[in-house]
Amino acid sequence: MPRINSPSELEKLRQGILSDRDPEKPCITLCSGSACHATGSGDVAASIETEIEKQGLSAELDLRKTGCHGFCERGPIIVNHPEESCYFQIKPEDIPEIVSQAVKEKGIVERLLYTDLNTDEKIINESEIPFYKNQKRLVLGSNGSIDPKSIDDYLAIGGYSALEKALSQMTPEQVLEEVKKSNLRGRGGGGFPAGRKWEESRNAPGDIKYVIVNADEGDPGAYMDRSLLEGNPHSVLEGLMIGAYAIGSHEGYIYVRQEYPLAVENLTIALKLAEEYGFLGKNILGSNFNFNIIVHKGAGAFVCGESSALMTALEGRAGEPRPKYIHTAVKGVWDNPSVLNNVETWANVPLIINKGADWFTKIGTEKSKGTKIFSLVGKITNTGLVEVPMGITLRDIIFEIGGGIPGDKKFKAVQTGGPSGGCIPENLLDLEVGFDELSKAGSMMGSGGMIVMDEDTCMVDVARYFIDFLTDESCGKCVPCREGLRQMLKVLTNITEGKGNEGDIKLLEELSEVAKEASLCALGTSAPNPFLSTVRYFRNEYEAHIKEKRCPALSCKELITYHVDPDKCQACMICARKCPADAVDGDKKKIHIIDQEKCTKCGTCFEVCPSRFGAVNKISGESVPPPIAEEKRIITRKSKEK
Amino acid sequence: MDNDRVDQIIDKYQGEASSLIQILLGIQTENHWLPKEALERVSEKLQVPLARIQHIATFYKAFSLVPKGRHEIHICVGTACHVRGATRVLDTVRDLTGIKPGETDLDLKFSLETVNCLGCCALGPVMEVDGKTHGKIAPGKTADVLKNFE
Ligand SMILES: Cc1cc2nc3c(=O)[nH]c(=O)nc-3n(C[C@H](O)[C@H](O)[C@H](O)COP(=O)(O)O)c2cc1C
Repeated sequence: MPRINSPSELEKLRQGILSDRDPEKPCITLCSGSACHATGSGDVAASIETEIEKQGLSAELDLRKTGCHGFCERGPIIVNHPEESCYFQIKPEDIPEIVSQAVKEKGIVERLLYTDLNTDEKIINESEIPFYKNQKRLVLGSNGSIDPKSIDDYLAIGGYSALEKALSQMTPEQVLEEVKKSNLRGRGGGGFPAGRKWEESRNAPGDIKYVIVNADEGDPGAYMDRSLLEGNPHSVLEGLMIGAYAIGSHEGYIYVRQEYPLAVENLTIALKLAEEYGFLGKNILGSNFNFNIIVHKGAGAFVCGESSALMTALEGRAGEPRPKYIHTAVKGVWDNPSVLNNVETWANVPLIINKGADWFTKIGTEKSKGTKIFSLVGKITNTGLVEVPMGITLRDIIFEIGGGIPGDKKFKAVQTGGPSGGCIPENLLDLEVGFDELSKAGSMMGSGGMIVMDEDTCMVDVARYFIDFLTDESCGKCVPCREGLRQMLKVLTNITEGKGNEGDIKLLEELSEVAKEASLCALGTSAPNPFLSTVRYFRNEYEAHIKEKRCPALSCKELITYHVDPDKCQACMICARKCPADAVDGDKKKIHIIDQEKCTKCGTCFEVCPSRFGAVNKISGESVPPPIAEEKRIITRKSKEK
Repeated sequence: MDNDRVDQIIDKYQGEASSLIQILLGIQTENHWLPKEALERVSEKLQVPLARIQHIATFYKAFSLVPKGRHEIHICVGTACHVRGATRVLDTVRDLTGIKPGETDLDLKFSLETVNCLGCCALGPVMEVDGKTHGKIAPGKTADVLKNFE
């Protein structure tokens, strides 16, 4: 491929790609993101290839392996073009039918269509499915239609036209102004206005400046950035290039965690192609602008997602944060001005340049513009990635898009913002999603983790979980975080184990205050949030643990016992056979009893007891009924007596 | 891992000290752990004190200073898996293997690690053995999976 040297050459190339493609030609797109891969999309892809071969359709039917479509609950996902009929939970044995229907006009495999849970109607198109209908997929939308390993696919949907526009029709100042005007706020953490950060770097003294993509994605319940990098890496690169042009930077870094091998692979391919085509290197599109990008793999440390720690890591050292009385935008990597933005923030930039700040600011609320991608996970019917306009309510996300809580359970809380965020209770579900709104509720936007919790989730345990995570991830440089979190963890663990004391809540509040005020970086200053928000909304749960040694959610292992209800037990032996600890005593005609000495409380008996019996109970805060007398344990089965 | 191979990895990064983490990751990926000799070689070639290399090797989670077992068990303890009962899965696997996260058994059969979010939250709780994902894994089912490994 010869380098593209000017905007007109780019447009010629694009027209060439488009005219070679027939939009009416049948094409099967298959989600090949990490989540679908785990559910077997690799095998499905292989069977599509063999089947196309077998049915002799190589000339008539294309297969495109795309990135994540978002509806991970129902993966692997196939969308057939041009009909746009979509199928879910595909297995290799479904493929012959899908392939043979794909080449027929209006061919559809009825049985694999999505069935609306309320109306029982079959839905053909992705956009009609409730999960997708209420989304606004500006950033994530292209994931489903392009092969991330093909730059031509990206060019075919208008890729790199924003870069072309910026370089050929706008001055760096104009690009900066447009981004400032769009009020694009950072999607990775605090929601700082990107334009302001860029301006600070642009105005900072120094010839060497850096632009950096933060793809560390440390939030342990979120995978939006990963899906973007896996599914549409060029959109992030294009954003970074435009940012570099605006700031006057010639070198970019992508800090991506090595735990994301597919993201690293697709990024590396994308970079190579971008260089070949002339979007990177010297004199890009004949504009005299030079730019290169280096991929730095992160070696696994949550704190490295923090801006100054990330920059230290880029220098090849242990990623410890440093005080930021001088912003990293002025003194960052090797003391040079460095702009760090999140993956999603960068991916928004080409949209803003292409469609303008005025278009962008029409979406969202007064202070939070555009859309946000969330990873909607936990106790939710439709697990997946959702992109919604700012200002949508939590209720709409969880119940309209997410389909509510599975298994007739009651919603309890939704956790946003990752380990620095907080839990939001049911009475605040009508809260409009935005940076400031979430902060006011004691949580934060963070990078977009949204973990739904039901009545079975213990809020004290959730706080303990996050503090445990953060204690482990604290880099150890400053005392309030290193020691304070360790003490908080001790107290919280005690509470969940039934060893809590009066005054523990007060103690935790004091420790929180010190960590908040005195920690060096935001890991420490925001670490108390999971505790503070849960104690604010669920104080009664803390009190039940401390005063009554009871876990209201029946979740804390030390505070519950499993018990077989002798009136309900049918002596079916299922729990006895499945118990990994051999703790269930009984046989086919003998009501089962759990030996509390042997029981490891893994919950297997509770899960396997047939729901029509429902004989295994969890008990908390009260004593276990004594085992019934031996002679009463024998049951006689009426049906079998004859 | 012999010195020649270590040198090749170092050369891939033009022997720059700023690429130290990338070089160590290269060795870790290929060898599954960082032997002392390899670290000494890196220190010598890059002219970086061994103490700094050890600081890095112990700071980042990806590195191991001890050999790994033949089979690597990863239990996802991301938030989504946590609320779906990952702790009970982890406890059961600990009982079954007799090792804690971060440890390897004496026969070098299993290494156990916890990981934060494998990105397949719809399948939670998730256990991964040698890269294969076992989704919606109940504590009682872990034994069935692990008994297939030698
Ligand atoms: C402990 C800690 C971890 C963080 N991890 C991430 C991360 O994984 N990804 C990310 O984009 N930002 C993360 N941040 C936020 C960054 O410090 C920074 O604010 C952000 O990358 C800036 O980009 P944005 O303005 O586009 O959001 C983290 C912050 C802290 C304090």
